[in-house]
Amino acid sequence: MGFSRRGLLKGVLAAGSAGAAGFPQIWIKDASVAYAATGDIKVGVLFSLTGTTAIIEESLNKATIMAIEEINAAGGVNGRKITPIIEDPASDPATFAEKARKLVVGDKCVSVFGSYTSASRKAVLPVFERQNNLYWYPTLYEGRECSKNVIYTGAVPNQQQDEFIPYLIKNFGKKFFLIGSNYIYPKEENNYCKKLLEKYGGEVVNEEYVPLGHSEFSSVINKIRNSQPNVIFSTVVGDSVVALHRQYRAAGFDPEKMPMASLTTSENEIAAMGGDAAAGHFTSAPYFMVHKSPENERFVAAYKKRWGQDKVTHFVSEACYFQAYLFKQAVEKLGDKDLTPNAIRDATMGQEMMAPQGRVRIEPENLHTWLWPKIARAKSDGQFEILVEAKEWLKPVPYAAYPGQVCTAKGLQS
Amino acid sequence: MDFVAQQLLTGLSIGSILLLIALGLAIIYGTMGVINLAHGEFVMLGAYAAWALQSFAGIGLLPSLPLIFIIVAAFGWGIERLVIRHLYRRPLDTILATWGIGVMLQQIVRLLAGGELRYVQLPPSLSRPVTIFGQEIASFRVFIFFGVAALFALTWLLINRTSQGMRLRAVVQDPAIASCFGINADRVYAVTFAYGAGLAGLAGALVAPLKSVSPEMGTTYVVDAFMVVVVGGVQSLFGAVVSAALLGEASGVLGFLSNDTVAKAAVLLAVVVLIRFRPQGLFAARGRA
Repeated sequence: MGFSRRGLLKGVLAAGSAGAAGFPQIWIKDASVAYAATGDIKVGVLFSLTGTTAIIEESLNKATIMAIEEINAAGGVNGRKITPIIEDPASDPATFAEKARKLVVGDKCVSVFGSYTSASRKAVLPVFERQNNLYWYPTLYEGRECSKNVIYTGAVPNQQQDEFIPYLIKNFGKKFFLIGSNYIYPKEENNYCKKLLEKYGGEVVNEEYVPLGHSEFSSVINKIRNSQPNVIFSTVVGDSVVALHRQYRAAGFDPEKMPMASLTTSENEIAAMGGDAAAGHFTSAPYFMVHKSPENERFVAAYKKRWGQDKVTHFVSEACYFQAYLFKQAVEKLGDKDLTPNAIRDATMGQEMMAPQGRVRIEPENLHTWLWPKIARAKSDGQFEILVEAKEWLKPVPYAAYPGQVCTAKGLQS
Repeated sequence: MDFVAQQLLTGLSIGSILLLIALGLAIIYGTMGVINLAHGEFVMLGAYAAWALQSFAGIGLLPSLPLIFIIVAAFGWGIERLVIRHLYRRPLDTILATWGIGVMLQQIVRLLAGGELRYVQLPPSLSRPVTIFGQEIASFRVFIFFGVAALFALTWLLINRTSQGMRLRAVVQDPAIASCFGINADRVYAVTFAYGAGLAGLAGALVAPLKSVSPEMGTTYVVDAFMVVVVGGVQSLFGAVVSAALLGEASGVLGFLSNDTVAKAAVLLAVVVLIRFRPQGLFAARGRA
């Protein structure tokens, strides 16, 4: 281990000096990284098992491992088994980058599945772009990214909000109170939300950001009381979601009249806050555990059997599950051809499959995924009740809030 | 008027939670001078005890409070006997040791109870809001306010009006002389530390229904607790009350006028400025330390 790392380090140093001399291509083209042509297919699995976001990323790791186990049990891909190499980046962006480099350069993985937070994705992005490898990102996120080296299987703002905002205006009223955690994701979601509100005649009575990990919402609750909005549009994440819901309920607000509408509250968060605090609030996402489809029944049953009857599936773990199958399909399509991240990426474009949420497809233009938006209301038993299901799948538009900018197969056009 | 009443109540509510968290530390750090960085983890243990009693033994939050106090106090007593006792004359080593204990507790709880966020139910009798001065406020917050007032009064009486408290004050002033008068300083320290830990446990149990319960929850509380104690002045219980109220009101008003991100930064900045010019805190203890 120590030896190979040292060798690796020398290689990187050599690449660096060659790059300085003006011959970068020689070193960083795929040709220099020989991916195994036979034997097991190595993939990286990069979810935090310790640290602050381990709470959720543990479930993402589990869903990914389960999918890989299922694929292997069914005979693997083209007769080859998939070997997951699991690393723990400990909820720290710098460690994410370091582990990603280890998986891509050291282990020569042909793809890596990983990341929950945008911060960790942004941290590994340079590694995958420089090494021309492929990262599979399962989380809903803020959009505004266009990379040839990432497959995005979670929702972007247009897929969560296009139907949601008009629905909320119609059913509850047009005064929105926007609250989010203080970082890029909530700000970008709110940018798009404000565009939609303008379009449908809604208005923003307040826009507020709280520090990450914040747990004292007294002032926010006062502001809500004073401004009397119709809907609380929440992009608060992590532990704060739990504190906000609990204090909202303790303050006596009635979700029947003034619900919270969230893009981030899943079955996982509800289990943490208790059904009574969650009941009556809305979430928009492509997947809910209660969704009725043969694929989902199979997925939920297998997940509980593998990891425990009390475990829940949610909209990010579902994406983890189906993206492993999309990877398998892409590799199958390549057949005997060389298995390189580039080839896998090209084969992934346009791949379709029946996921638990419905039929999904990778958009060749921007490597994001066609998904099935749904609107659901939480119940006191910890599950959701799906109220609206999209009649057709929705195209991902990662630059929806930025007119004039489009992500294309050739990169960002503006 | 409405605005004033609303801000006053909000500030008192935030302040009472701050004082609740800080009270145990005010005892341990304030009177014994032990810089206990594992204080946040004692708070966390209290929250987990509430969760465990509720989900495995079916005991609601309110009846389980005495039990939680005893459990965490016993735990604190054990820590004091095993580790802290040997470090009374070595403050720097105490910092390192208690920090290490904190890290271990986090990981032990993570291994035993899992990394998921846990859930402590709000007592059903306290789940509706009440109206005070024309302002609606969560009844559980009002309950916390009076609970803290009661705990504070009890603590003050224990220290100032009981023989055990007198022994503590004597030991704090001069352990050697106190020993000459037949006071078992060792035992006084152990009991005091256990009492402080028990208070931290109660704090954890009481904030659990409003906030989230996770192995890492203690790390934010320990900062709040030190802030309150340092601003109030070490060795001054009343100082802790005043500083908790001030910090609570400041966070509440600033959070309302601008937002919580700004409020947090502004409050911390004010604390930095204050301890720059008044390192002994608002209420310096008179007498020998």
